[in-house]
Amino acid sequence: MKMDLIQPFINAADAVLSQGLQSPMTIGNLSMEQEAYRRKGVAALVWLTGDIEGRIIFDLDPATAVRVASQFAGAEVPESDELVKETVKELANQVIGNAITTLNDQGFHFRVHPPVIHTSERGSESSEDTEAMVLAFETPSGTVFMNIVLRYNRQHRGARTAASA
Amino acid sequence: MEQFAAVRRSKDGQPVRYLVVDDSVFARKNLARIIETFGGLLAGEAGDGLTAITEYERTQPDIVLMDITMPQMEGIEAAEKIVQQHPEARIVMVSSVGYQENIVAALQRGARHFVQKPVKPEVLYEVIKYVLGEDGVVAQAAGAGD
Repeated sequence: MKMDLIQPFINAADAVLSQGLQSPMTIGNLSMEQEAYRRKGVAALVWLTGDIEGRIIFDLDPATAVRVASQFAGAEVPESDELVKETVKELANQVIGNAITTLNDQGFHFRVHPPVIHTSERGSESSEDTEAMVLAFETPSGTVFMNIVLRYNRQHRGARTAASA
Repeated sequence: MEQFAAVRRSKDGQPVRYLVVDDSVFARKNLARIIETFGGLLAGEAGDGLTAITEYERTQPDIVLMDITMPQMEGIEAAEKIVQQHPEARIVMVSSVGYQENIVAALQRGARHFVQKPVKPEVLYEVIKYVLGEDGVVAQAAGAGD
């Protein structure tokens, strides 16, 4: 996975989390994973299709998710509250939407599907051409993880280029 | 949250009425809180484009804040259908996906403006004043904008 695909996600997470939590965040661990994805807590999954395809999981451990939701709501939110999941979904939507905006303006065309709550404990294993990059963002509310599996869909991009020629 | 000088309808001095359309409950609550700081009134909510059309008919809002990516019917299509029936409708698209094609498509199909998420209240406030034009008036309340 190329870094130029990842950088927009880092920039978007920085912008969205810093503004929402009203505090600067730092980028922590950045690692590649080939093992099956293992959910940490409250996770939102977004699928992308088009010139670049794959999925992104936005994942917060339960305590962090509650702290983040409470910060956004401006009041204490209980762990069981649906608003915790909704907050994680909307954060995923905003971070990924902002990153996609940058990539689209660079000439990549794709569709973002609405985020869904990811409930299974594990995901499929990454293959060689779709290894996962795991980004960790350190915020005052805890660590926010983004697990990204993306690959270029050359067939789609080639077909689109040929059609517009 | 910062308070803004209230924006009211110039025809009767009443609060501006908003319809908020977003599939995310979190996003709707957040927009409702922002609207409150503008002195606005939440006239209705919808979680998808289809419901937005019926809610528009029911509530006849002054402003619609419309997400783009939603289940059943996306925001741009819903905006187009509302504007076809109500050319006077003032629809502001509010989406995290803010690339140029999307914005152009929304404007071509009847939306009046576009605001990217995460929504900055001061940006939305200016957009609301611009979209209302002469139909909106900023109340001169003591301490407003502090």
